[in-house]
Amino acid sequence: MSVIQTHPESSFGLYIHWPFCLSKCPYCDFNSHVHDRVDHDAWREALVREINHYAAMTPGRVLSSIFFGGGTPSLMHPETVAAAIDEAQKRWNFSNDIEITLEANPTSVEADKFTAFRRAGVNRVSLGIQSLREKDLEFLGRKHNVGEARRAIEIAGATFDRFSFDLIYARPQQTVAAWKEELEEALTLSGGHISLYQLTIEPGTAFFAQHARGDFMIPNDMAAGDLYEATQDILGAAGMPAYEISNHAKPGEESRHNMTYWRYGDYVGVGPGAHGRLTLDGQKKATRAHRAPEIWLNDVTAKGHGAHPFEDVTPDQRMTEALMMGLRLSEGIPLSRLEHESGRHRDTFFDAKKIKALSDEGYLTLSDTHIAATASGRQRLNALLSYLVG
Amino acid sequence: MTKPLEHIRNFAIIAHIDHGKSTLADRLIQSCGGLEAREMTEQVLDNMDIERERGITIKAQTVRLAYTAKDGIEYQFNLMDTPGHVDFAYEVSRSLASCEGSLLVVDSTQGVEAQTLANVYQALDNNHEIITVVNKIDLPAADVEAAKKEVEDVIGLDTSRAVAVSGKTGVNIPALLEAIVTDLPAPKGNPDAPTKALLVDSWYDSYLGVVILVRVIDGYLKKGQKIRFMATGATRDIDRVGMFTPKKVVLNELGPGEMGFITAAIKDISDTRVGDTITDERHQCAAPLAGFKPSVPMVFCSLFPADSSEFEKLRESIGKLKLNDASLHYEAESSQALGMGFRCGFLGLLHMEIIQERLDREFDLDLIPTAPSVVYELKLTNGDNLTIYNPVDMPEPQRIAEIHEPWIKATILTPDEYLGGLLQLCQERRGTQVELTYVGNRAMLVYMLPLNEVVFDFYDRLKSISRGYASFDYAIDHYQEGDLVKMEILVNQEPVDALAMIVHRSQAERRGRQLCERLKDLIPRQMFKIAIQAAIGGKIVAREDLSAMRKDVTAKCYGGDISRKRKLLDKQKKGKLKMRQYGNVDIPQSAFIAALRMGDEK
Ligand SMILES: Nc1nc2c(ncn2[C@@H]2O[C@H](COP(=O)(O)OP(=O)(O)O)[C@@H](O)[C@H]2O)c(=O)[nH]1
Ligand SMILES: C[S@@+](CC[C@H](N)C(=O)[O-])C[C@H]1O[C@@H](n2cnc3c(N)ncnc32)[C@H](O)[C@@H]1O
Ligand code: SF4
Ligand SMILES: [Mg+2]
Repeated sequence: MSVIQTHPESSFGLYIHWPFCLSKCPYCDFNSHVHDRVDHDAWREALVREINHYAAMTPGRVLSSIFFGGGTPSLMHPETVAAAIDEAQKRWNFSNDIEITLEANPTSVEADKFTAFRRAGVNRVSLGIQSLREKDLEFLGRKHNVGEARRAIEIAGATFDRFSFDLIYARPQQTVAAWKEELEEALTLSGGHISLYQLTIEPGTAFFAQHARGDFMIPNDMAAGDLYEATQDILGAAGMPAYEISNHAKPGEESRHNMTYWRYGDYVGVGPGAHGRLTLDGQKKATRAHRAPEIWLNDVTAKGHGAHPFEDVTPDQRMTEALMMGLRLSEGIPLSRLEHESGRHRDTFFDAKKIKALSDEGYLTLSDTHIAATASGRQRLNALLSYLVG
Repeated sequence: MTKPLEHIRNFAIIAHIDHGKSTLADRLIQSCGGLEAREMTEQVLDNMDIERERGITIKAQTVRLAYTAKDGIEYQFNLMDTPGHVDFAYEVSRSLASCEGSLLVVDSTQGVEAQTLANVYQALDNNHEIITVVNKIDLPAADVEAAKKEVEDVIGLDTSRAVAVSGKTGVNIPALLEAIVTDLPAPKGNPDAPTKALLVDSWYDSYLGVVILVRVIDGYLKKGQKIRFMATGATRDIDRVGMFTPKKVVLNELGPGEMGFITAAIKDISDTRVGDTITDERHQCAAPLAGFKPSVPMVFCSLFPADSSEFEKLRESIGKLKLNDASLHYEAESSQALGMGFRCGFLGLLHMEIIQERLDREFDLDLIPTAPSVVYELKLTNGDNLTIYNPVDMPEPQRIAEIHEPWIKATILTPDEYLGGLLQLCQERRGTQVELTYVGNRAMLVYMLPLNEVVFDFYDRLKSISRGYASFDYAIDHYQEGDLVKMEILVNQEPVDALAMIVHRSQAERRGRQLCERLKDLIPRQMFKIAIQAAIGGKIVAREDLSAMRKDVTAKCYGGDISRKRKLLDKQKKGKLKMRQYGNVDIPQSAFIAALRMGDEK
């Protein structure tokens, strides 16, 4: 019987990756693939087998969340979703208030499956709305229109206990005024949680090449700063302050699954390209599955899992990762967590000169028990981290 | 068999750049059969690529020609192609010292120019007989009489025996060859006296080692002879004696009045000093030739590899250039802003440019040169003297009693319409006028100028004000006290060593503001605001603030892929090795590099 040595506060999550989409969005660098046909039976089998594989390593743990991410999990057969949830429930204990989220695209076909997903056990959806403006949905290469987006939100609200949706902003030429208007509109549709991502241009995407060629420009740090600050103001006033850099919720409505990542808890990653962090016999392991859907499927069929060999995460790396993730949260990080991850005393963590510089500038607070980035610190977190740990 | 003295003529060709010196040399070589027509490349004496392209001669070259004159006698001509530029003034003067006469080449479409003057004065200092050669008469714009008149008016030479030629077509070259025999003197010398020879120049040849160009005054140089270099005290056995035709031809000996080369198993040209006297170890001459002085660098700058991993390559490459350029000085330097590099000393601006260009071209090195500066002589309050080669080494102002800076005497020849602009330029650069005269319809300006103001883009400004028509030449004149200050650029209160400069107090504010503004554009915005200041002895004379960056965070959530984010952070950490810390901020080296590269744009 293995000793579970995770931090007492930590939750435990299961991420399941569905790698298929109807089409590839030009900004997207997620592990998503467009296939003519998918052998749903084989995929169901494989997901279940890999869940099994990980469950055998983590006996007795209590699952606090499951997240079906993608790709486009709303393209999954509800039976597949059900089989995965059932298997998880069989092999682990579910906490009473387990959160089971599925990422859904708002096309009508997918929205019509929501009830079946609920029956399978899903109690929360996260919708990829991205925009409430026709022309921007087109620019973003989305397959749905504004009408479908509104309808999907409506159905989601009626079908699930909780739902959230994503918007992408800081689009080319987007003004603060236009964004405010769109955002206010979105808030009237919101169910208590919303994710607001500034558009990033990722290597290897269609946008990357177009952007490099000068087809369009995205806001510079000044304009992006204006948009970000306007967003914070509006959401704060609406009672949904940021609990994470891009995530806003009414108190209690936070995504528990993502909180596990940010609080540096353990999670299992199932499916192609999925990542995980598992504490096994006190050693933190980084897990990573093969990204290519076919290879992953073959591997699971052949040996029960599609994972690369696990990598040990050293105490120093654990410290860095816990900081990197935790400073994204407005709640910050309890120093006890950093001590747990690094095995070091809190007095040894930081360079006092740097802490002072960051505090003086209003980017950071360090108390006896917590370290946290302020709102303006979170707004510049890349630079802050690189300064703090560099 | 050596030639009797009376059948030898040693002469140099001197000219302003592009007046046709090298082309004329080619014609003379060809007429005397030194090379077959098919062997003639243009400007055969300019060996190095860079010499050919820029039309400048860096090393002194000599070629021996056999010319049968109308009197039926075969004469030995030793033709010397000198490095024409003032940067190499000392080398020029040694080259000229090895000859008795000069061909003064003047472009008949241009007339006398600044370098014509500088060179001709040196020839006169060496007691040369001078034949005025009016060149390029094949061109429609040629005005032989006007050119001759300018030579008479400005230089005071009698041009009644001037020869008008075309180096290009060969017109009148026979007349010029005859004039060399009849109008130039034969060398003097004593075949029976102990060996005495002038070391004119030396260079590194990958086959022969160091090759020494010599002019024999008295006695002989022979293979196997043990010789002594009187200035350095070194002794060597001669392994080879020869001449250039311009091909290398080995001879038995060189006699009095003759020019040629020797090799003596010397590996390093620093062991050979231009201007040194070579004598026979066993029968030494009584006294060395007059006028030996080691060459002193006048202009300094630091060279840093843009890619810091290329420091060793830079060291090797400079070492290789030094093999062939004894006047290049260098020593390793470490800069906080730019890493490891070399502080280098040059004879002048052109020399500096040539070295930088060769490092770039021949060794494929991407270099960051700091702003050029000159050598300052300091008197300290405690009575000590101190020589400053690098602004970084400047002591605290309160320790300095006086700063002395080098001044030059500059000669500028310009079409009249640009005179106003050029006077203003010289005035701005703290110049004092010595002379203003007219040469035909052109003005000749003689000015005293601080070299410090000239190393800083003076030449570019001169060319742009005069649309390229003004010519400029200078010679170092004297040291003089100046109201000079060290200006530092501070980033977040910390000095950026590579940007420190010594400027005249009156220029400090303008230069400081310029640099601050430029840096503000070049430094990427950061998490903390950045103060960029120019300061003189602690007093701020200019300031720019760069505000903090507004947003810098990866908004997107990576679906649990924490490793990727951590690796990105690690990569940034490595990237920081290319940065320098100033207060709270890391500034990429590239910002300083760009600031230095931009020169002094207005
Ligand atoms: N038309 C004409 N061009 C000449 C003559 N002599 C030289 N040049 C050209 O003038 C330029 C400079 O000649 P060069 O011999 O390199 O001058 P240097 O700088 O004094 O050595 C070259 O383009 C030559 O071809 C000449 O007699 N007639
Ligand atoms: C896993 S992705 C996509 C899930 C789902 N397939 C969809 O398209 O809605 C989750 C969210 O990340 C955001 N996202 C993806 N790529 C992005 C980018 N390049 N810039 C900003 N946000 C991005 C989108 O808002 C997206 O809904
Ligand atoms: S954004 Fe969503 S739908 Fe579009 S390609 Fe990426 S994962 Fe698929
Ligand atoms: Mg030439």
